[in-house]
Amino acid sequence: MDFGFSEEQEMLRDQVRKFLEDRCSLPQVRAIAASNEGYCRDLWGQLSKLGWLGLTLPEEFGGVGLSWVDLVVILEETGRTLFPSPLLSTTLAATAINEFGTPQQQQHWLPSLANGSCIGTLALLDETDFLSPKAIQMTAKASERGYLLSGEKRFVQDATVADVFIVAFRSGPANDDLGLAIISRHDKGVSVEETEGWDRTKRTGVLKLDTVQIAADAILSETLLGAQAIEVLIDRGALAVSAETIGVCEGILNLTSQYALDRKQFGSPIGRYQGVKHPLAEIYVDIECTKSLVYYAAWALDGEPNEAPAAIAKAKAYASQSVCDAGVSGVQLHGAIGYTDEYDMQLFIKRSKWSRATYGDEDFHYDRVAKFGGL
Amino acid sequence: MNFDFTEKEEAFRAKVKQFIAVNLPAPEQRGKDFEKQWNVKLAEQKWIGFSWPKEHGGGGGSLIEQVILKEEMSQALAPDLGSDLMGLVWVGPALIRYGTEAQKKEFMPDLLNCQSSWCTGYSEPDVGSDLGSLNLRAVRDGDDYVINGSKIWTTKAHVAKNIFLTVRTNPEVESRYRGISVLLMPMNTPGIQVRPIVNIVGDHSFNQVFFTDVRVPVSTRLGAEGEGWKVVMGALANERSGISESTGMERHLDKLKALARNSLKGGKPALEDTEIRRKLARFETRISAMRLNGFRNLTKQIKGAQPGSETSINKLLRGMLEIPMADLAMGLLGNSASGMGEWQYDSFNFHGVVIGGGSPNIQRNIIAERTLGLPKD
Repeated sequence: MDFGFSEEQEMLRDQVRKFLEDRCSLPQVRAIAASNEGYCRDLWGQLSKLGWLGLTLPEEFGGVGLSWVDLVVILEETGRTLFPSPLLSTTLAATAINEFGTPQQQQHWLPSLANGSCIGTLALLDETDFLSPKAIQMTAKASERGYLLSGEKRFVQDATVADVFIVAFRSGPANDDLGLAIISRHDKGVSVEETEGWDRTKRTGVLKLDTVQIAADAILSETLLGAQAIEVLIDRGALAVSAETIGVCEGILNLTSQYALDRKQFGSPIGRYQGVKHPLAEIYVDIECTKSLVYYAAWALDGEPNEAPAAIAKAKAYASQSVCDAGVSGVQLHGAIGYTDEYDMQLFIKRSKWSRATYGDEDFHYDRVAKFGGL
Repeated sequence: MNFDFTEKEEAFRAKVKQFIAVNLPAPEQRGKDFEKQWNVKLAEQKWIGFSWPKEHGGGGGSLIEQVILKEEMSQALAPDLGSDLMGLVWVGPALIRYGTEAQKKEFMPDLLNCQSSWCTGYSEPDVGSDLGSLNLRAVRDGDDYVINGSKIWTTKAHVAKNIFLTVRTNPEVESRYRGISVLLMPMNTPGIQVRPIVNIVGDHSFNQVFFTDVRVPVSTRLGAEGEGWKVVMGALANERSGISESTGMERHLDKLKALARNSLKGGKPALEDTEIRRKLARFETRISAMRLNGFRNLTKQIKGAQPGSETSINKLLRGMLEIPMADLAMGLLGNSASGMGEWQYDSFNFHGVVIGGGSPNIQRNIIAERTLGLPKD
């Protein structure tokens, strides 16, 4: 029994933290967030050299062959500094191909996703944002060479910079008539449009498909995968966002605790007053609980896959609620300065709204927890 | 990171399960003498004082074995290990660490054989959360201390044989923590008077204890004079991860789910109500977090770290669970909530657990000051 990180994992954490502190502290984050692309190509190239892009991919495809627990270490740190990059999206797209793809598909896509020359993302959701295989309505028409796909996918992370999309589609009305297609940005009939959002460190967009030809070898696993594969990807996404959320909450706690020490009112640092102290203690408790739930869920994903869905639902539910509360407390405890554009708290509360919603908010995941818990 | 237990640990768990299967009757079949007989059997297994070193008569159980033992017991709805909770949690570990040979000889055998019953004197009428300011005076007079003053909220003082008493031996030191000492004495020492205090549910569990010219020899002191704060703080060296507490909360949630299953809300099954489902899911998630926090703390302890304010986190979580869980139960009962029954009783009684050992706001202070480094109030 050892519910802690190994020495190597602690070293990885130090490495990521130092890299991000040196190369992408909050002023740089602001600069990247103000750019059109929303990420920095130079830093992206370095991530690939450091092995973070293919962290969980097998070594034969240019990955590092590590586990989800290791990935959580990196994502906590990218969350802490609000690091803007398509790391999460690319990791999830690569995961989909790694888990469900044919050897040919893996050989074709994974090395370029691992070395950063290709940016990938998931495109699962349709008109509605309801996260369920049932809600996937985009229906493929069978054609001579496979399928034809038309329609729009919404809430596609990093849509405008992605080179490849893993698109969920329906082939019939039954629950399991679902498949995943690999669609390249350059395929005929593919276009993307950015969706405006408050958090400029996370970019989202719409993927538009106009009679796009899906060849048989672009269908993941060649045969349709059914609803379960979609659920697996939603779970992976929920866990990845939860891991980043830990860092976001820690960023909020650090910023606000420091302010509570520095800011003096009524002759004393405001952190002396219980009206300030107690909400900060609550954020800390929530962070510790989220860590426990996320670490366990990551471990389950690696070692006890049957336990993973329930563990991930708990982790994301708790993370969503915590980050939402921490964002609000963070601004409120700062007072007026927290409501300004110039002060960094605004970056964190904007991220908190994104983190809460993406891959399911607390209501969505608590409903799953209730179901898994026999209710 | 792994959640695997070693073969030895698994064998120990199997042994505990087997012991429970053979010796523990179902809760409704436990007679009047059950606890006494049960404790004798536990003592034979060396599971009373299981965490204490073997050379002091303890079971020498590792941190993980302690967790396994407590978890299995909690799972099987067994009573706490040993009836003398105060003696086992506070007195035993403090004796082992600070006791003289004579003190150990006097008190350890009874503790290990379930013959002891201790109460602990901490709070005073004017001193609760701010324990460092305690005021019960013990004045040195030759080879004796003469004690005058009072303790309050002293659980079991009316039945305990002995008291673990915190006193102020020196009121004039710079740091108020430095003038405190710990004394061990029989409750039948002349000059000790116990006044019962009836609690919110009509039970007599705690008391006020008055000390009028109580004279005890200096040899009753545990640890050095003025070092009592250290004795109190160092006493909790045993497993404090809170894992078994979360097992207890899981059973509590099972009961709440069963209540929800059999309740109606607005004429429809309560479990069709989204809000009720989400509340139950929140409790379940928080209990999981508590349990996993426990495993993270345990891992830190095994790797040699001293427990810090981590224990405050689970203590606080317990409060954040007990209060809304009781609230949900009362809501499910509808008009019956104003009547008598198990849930109604619990809705008053849980306050004892949540306040005892430091209220939630005190835990928030501890976390903010010790972990976040915010200034003391």
